Amino acid sequence: MKSTKYISIGFALLMASCPLFLDAYWTDVMNNVGIYAILALSLNVILGHAGLFHMGHAAFYAIGAYTTAILNITYGVPVLWLIVPSGILAGLFALIVARPIIHLRGDYLLIVTIGIVEITRIALINNIFDITGGANGIFGISRPSVFGFKLTKPDHFFYLIWGFAAVTIFFLIRLEHSRFGRALHFIKEDEVAAGGSGINVARHKLIAFVIGAVWAGMCGTIYASKMTIIAPESFSFAESVILFTIVILGGSGSIPGVILGAFLLVGLPELFRGLAEYRMLVFGAAMVLMMIFRNQGLLPPRPKKYSVEDLNPMGGAQ
Amino acid sequence: MMPILRVENLSKSFGGLMAVNDVTFDVDKGSIVGLIGPNGAGKTTVFNLITGNYQPNEGNVLFDGLNLLGLPTHTIVERGIARTFQTIRLFQNMSVLENVLAGCHCRMRSGALAAMLRTPAQRREEKEALGQAMAELQFVGLAHEWQNTAKNLSYGNQRLLEIARALATNPKLVVLDEPAGGMNDQETQELIHLIRAIQERGITVILIEHDMGLVMRVCSSLVVLEHGSKIAAGTPAEIQVDPRVIEAYLGVDSE
Repeated sequence: MKSTKYISIGFALLMASCPLFLDAYWTDVMNNVGIYAILALSLNVILGHAGLFHMGHAAFYAIGAYTTAILNITYGVPVLWLIVPSGILAGLFALIVARPIIHLRGDYLLIVTIGIVEITRIALINNIFDITGGANGIFGISRPSVFGFKLTKPDHFFYLIWGFAAVTIFFLIRLEHSRFGRALHFIKEDEVAAGGSGINVARHKLIAFVIGAVWAGMCGTIYASKMTIIAPESFSFAESVILFTIVILGGSGSIPGVILGAFLLVGLPELFRGLAEYRMLVFGAAMVLMMIFRNQGLLPPRPKKYSVEDLNPMGGAQ
Repeated sequence: MMPILRVENLSKSFGGLMAVNDVTFDVDKGSIVGLIGPNGAGKTTVFNLITGNYQPNEGNVLFDGLNLLGLPTHTIVERGIARTFQTIRLFQNMSVLENVLAGCHCRMRSGALAAMLRTPAQRREEKEALGQAMAELQFVGLAHEWQNTAKNLSYGNQRLLEIARALATNPKLVVLDEPAGGMNDQETQELIHLIRAIQERGITVILIEHDMGLVMRVCSSLVVLEHGSKIAAGTPAEIQVDPRVIEAYLGVDSE
C-alpha cells in the first residue's frame, strides 16, 4: 500500500519536527503521549494480538521503573543502561505471575490481572524488602545521558521517548507479520482450532505476556529517568485501565490504531483543559458512543498482505 | 503389518452417560477407514479422544507404537495426526492463505526473537511456508481463493479449506469429521477424488460420514458404533450384509 507508506513517513517527519514549534508545556504533553503510546503498544501484544483481557499492565511498568530507580540510586548505574535489566526483570515477573493463570479465559483472567496490579501497588506502598521507599516512592534518580550529552529539557526527552517509540513500532510490526504474530491471531480467533492446527496455545500466550511485560519494563526505565521521582500511585489500577482503553478505543491489534488511541486519550484532554471537569464527561460520552457504533476501534487492524507471486507454485508440498 | 493407529478399550463417560464404551479397533497404514453409526453413537467423541481434545476414562490410543494418552492436542498434531472439525472451525476473519499457514506452524521453528530480528533463516522459513500453503490450496482446489476471507467461502469450500489446513501440518494420519457435510453431489464426487489423492500421498485417513455412498466407495474398512460400543468392523461389503448393522443403523427393512 503506497498511501500507508506516505502517511507513515509524513507522520514520522511531523513528529520529528514537533519540538521546533511546540513550547515546553506541549512538548511535555507529547512526551506523556509517547510514554502511553509505548505502554499501550506493549499491552497491544497481549490484549490486541493474543486477545487476553489483561488489565494489570501498570504492574510490569512499575517493576521496570522501580528496578531502574533502585539500581540507579543504590549502585549508581547510568540510567539508560538499566533499560535491559528493567525489561528482563519485568519479563521474569510476568513469567512467574502469568504462568499459573494463563489458561483462564476472558473475564476470569481480567479479574486476576487486576489483582496483580493491586498487589504490586500495595507491595510498593508497604516498602517491600525495604527498598521501594513506601508511599513516598523514590526520588533523586539521575538524568540520563547519551554519549556524554545529558538529557534535561523536555525537547531532549521528546527525542528519547519517541525514538524508543519508533524502535518499538519497528520491532512490533515485524513481530506481527511473523509465525509468532500469526499464532497469536489464530489463538484470538479460535483457541480450539488453533490447538487442533498444532499451535501450542498456552506457550504462545505466555510468550505474549512476557514480551508485553519486557517492553513495559523498558518503558518504566524511560519514565523513571524523565520524572527522576517515582511513587506507587503512578502505577495504579487506573493507569492500567487507561492503557486498556487506549488499545480498545484505538483498535485492538492495530499499531496505528493504538498510537491514535494514545493521542486521543492522553493528548486530547489537554486541549480541553478549559472545560475543566466537563472534559471527562464529554470523554465518557464519546467512549460510550464509540463502543456502540464502532466497537472494533477507530483504526481496526487491516488484513495482512502476502506476496505469493515469486513462489514456485508447487514448491514445498510433495 | 503394524497398524499406524491402535485404539484399545477406549471408554469415556460424561456424567452418567457412557459416550464411548470399551471401543477397540486398528487402522492400517495407508488405509481409509470409516467410522459410522447413528447420531449420538459416540463417533465424534472417539475422534476427540484420538486428537487429545478429551481424555479417556479408560483405554489407550497408540499411534506409531507410542501412547498418546495425556498429550495436549498440539503435541499430537506434531506427532502426525491432523484433524478437521464436524462444526467447521476455521479462523473465520482471516484469509484463506492464513488459515493454511496455521497448519504450517508446527513444522516451523523461528520464534518471536527471530521474527523481530528478521534473520535470514526466519525469512527463508516464512517463504517456504507460503509455498507449502499455496501448494496445499492447489491440492484441494482452492488456490484461486487464497486472498479471500475464510467466512466468505461456500460451505463446501470451507470444508476443503479445513482439509488443506490439516494437510499443511504434514500429517501421517488425517481425521476427517463429516467432510461431506453440507456439500452438494458434485462437491461430494470431488471430495471422493480428493480423499483418494490424500491416500496416494501416503497419508492414512479416518473419517466419520453419514453419506453412505461416499463411505462405501472410498473406505477400505469400516468400524460401526452404536450407543458408544463397537458393534461391527470389516470391509464395506461385509458391513452392508451384517445383520446387526442393518438392524441398528441402516434400519431393519433394508433396501
